[in-house]
Amino acid sequence: MKWTFFHKLGSPKWFYDISGRWLPWFAAASVLLLAVGSVWGLFFAPQDYQQGNSFRIIYIHVPAAFVAQSCYIMLAVAGVVSLVWRMKLADVALKCAAPIGAWMTFVALLTGAIWGKPTWGTYWVWDARLTSMLILLFLYFGVIALGQAISNRDTAAKATAVLAIVGTVNIPIIKYSVNWWNTLHQPATFKLTEKPAMPVEMWLPLLLMVLGFYALFTVSLFMRMRLEVLQREHKTRWVREALEKMS
Amino acid sequence: MSGLSEILGMGGHGVYVWSCYAITLVVLALNVVQPWLARRRLVNQEARRRRREVM
Amino acid sequence: MRRIIWLLFCREWRLAWRRPGDLLNPLVFFALVVSLFPLAVGPEPSMLRAMAPGVIWVAALLATLLSLDGLFRSDYEDGSLEQWVLSPHPLELMVLVKVLHHWMVSGLAMVLLAPLFGMMLALPASVLPVLVLTLLLGTPILSLLGAVGAALTVGLKSGGVLLALLILPLYIPVLILGTGAMDAALQGMPVIGFMLWLGCLAVLAITLAPFAIAAGLRIGVSE
Repeated sequence: MKWTFFHKLGSPKWFYDISGRWLPWFAAASVLLLAVGSVWGLFFAPQDYQQGNSFRIIYIHVPAAFVAQSCYIMLAVAGVVSLVWRMKLADVALKCAAPIGAWMTFVALLTGAIWGKPTWGTYWVWDARLTSMLILLFLYFGVIALGQAISNRDTAAKATAVLAIVGTVNIPIIKYSVNWWNTLHQPATFKLTEKPAMPVEMWLPLLLMVLGFYALFTVSLFMRMRLEVLQREHKTRWVREALEKMS
Repeated sequence: MSGLSEILGMGGHGVYVWSCYAITLVVLALNVVQPWLARRRLVNQEARRRRREVM
Repeated sequence: MRRIIWLLFCREWRLAWRRPGDLLNPLVFFALVVSLFPLAVGPEPSMLRAMAPGVIWVAALLATLLSLDGLFRSDYEDGSLEQWVLSPHPLELMVLVKVLHHWMVSGLAMVLLAPLFGMMLALPASVLPVLVLTLLLGTPILSLLGAVGAALTVGLKSGGVLLALLILPLYIPVLILGTGAMDAALQGMPVIGFMLWLGCLAVLAITLAPFAIAAGLRIGVSE
């Protein structure tokens, strides 16, 4: 087995170089995708036959929810890598992805609540999707708070890794039980995003927006990780040279 | 002009749609601008430190 | 191995009996929270009956959380936790013994007290066995999941609020299933499905949580 590539992957300098090369591409892709997707979604996609124009909130609510959920799973993957292979870069990724995921969850929650006003008549309904997003936000708060409470950097990384893994094992259980609780207490309410079948001109902009959100997530993650790498490695020569070149 | 306000109004739902998009834009921008500012701060700090060392 | 487990278990009991106040406090807290609700919303029996599942379960959640805060603290401070980590016996098994003991003094005691509070909250006698059974299946999960949080925050000064923040979201499925079973029983519907799910979660927690607890303790001790 060749594991050398794996160790190279863990080297901060290697990451710094590669991410610097990829960052402009991701940034361009995210701006392009988000611009095209939102203009398309806002002005050209047809109205929903039930919800009218408020349906257009789907183009940010769903992508934000997607990114928020996959970001938490990413935390757990980074946690496993960090615990098993002691890869420093995974610690960095874990620490930097958590706040972005929390922001995405916040966006999904807020847009869901605003969407609820024209649809249900109130800002908050204990809908299964919104409730699980709220719990996800609490899970993110837990990871961030634990990371900040432990002063030792390596210990904090390992502890948050364990918490993220435990949380990810729990997510399907939480999601399932919340869905089921919801059907128990409010049978057959009107669901925000569960549509019978969306026509192409409705879901194509949605696909663009999802891709755009993922690209933007990558941009933000890379920027935070690069900063964190610079701060952690600021005593090494390559960082000094890189900083010298920048100023 | 009335055509534009009709598009922006979105049949009474404009307030909700536009506030959602605005908030999202602010949050996304914040997530990109904040690390960028922090990075600039770090670079400036290092530059100042280096100048002190040279002197 | 069996001897080690037995010795550990006896040690936990001896330590617990030396400070009986610590054993009693979570139970008193549980009783207090449950009795606050009739005072807050009025003694109307039909309303109390509708609220009883939620009140008892939330009180059990909070009481467990409260008692978990110090689960590993004294062992951490006097260094015996370090000995556990260094010892040749599997740490997972030892923490399982410790959590089992914790459950017996907090969870099991709540299970035994619960029918009393159920009656005080105007639950009909036919629902009380369901209440006891859901708590019997649910409280071990609470202790095990909570121990993960207690292990992760073991070295920290301000453990209490942080522990709640880490653990309460993970308690939600247990809360939903436990109250769901009691609601079903109140409406005279079958509860076997809820019980099976709770049992399934309990088995999952017993098999998986010790590894997370042990990992958390190793991290906390190495600091």
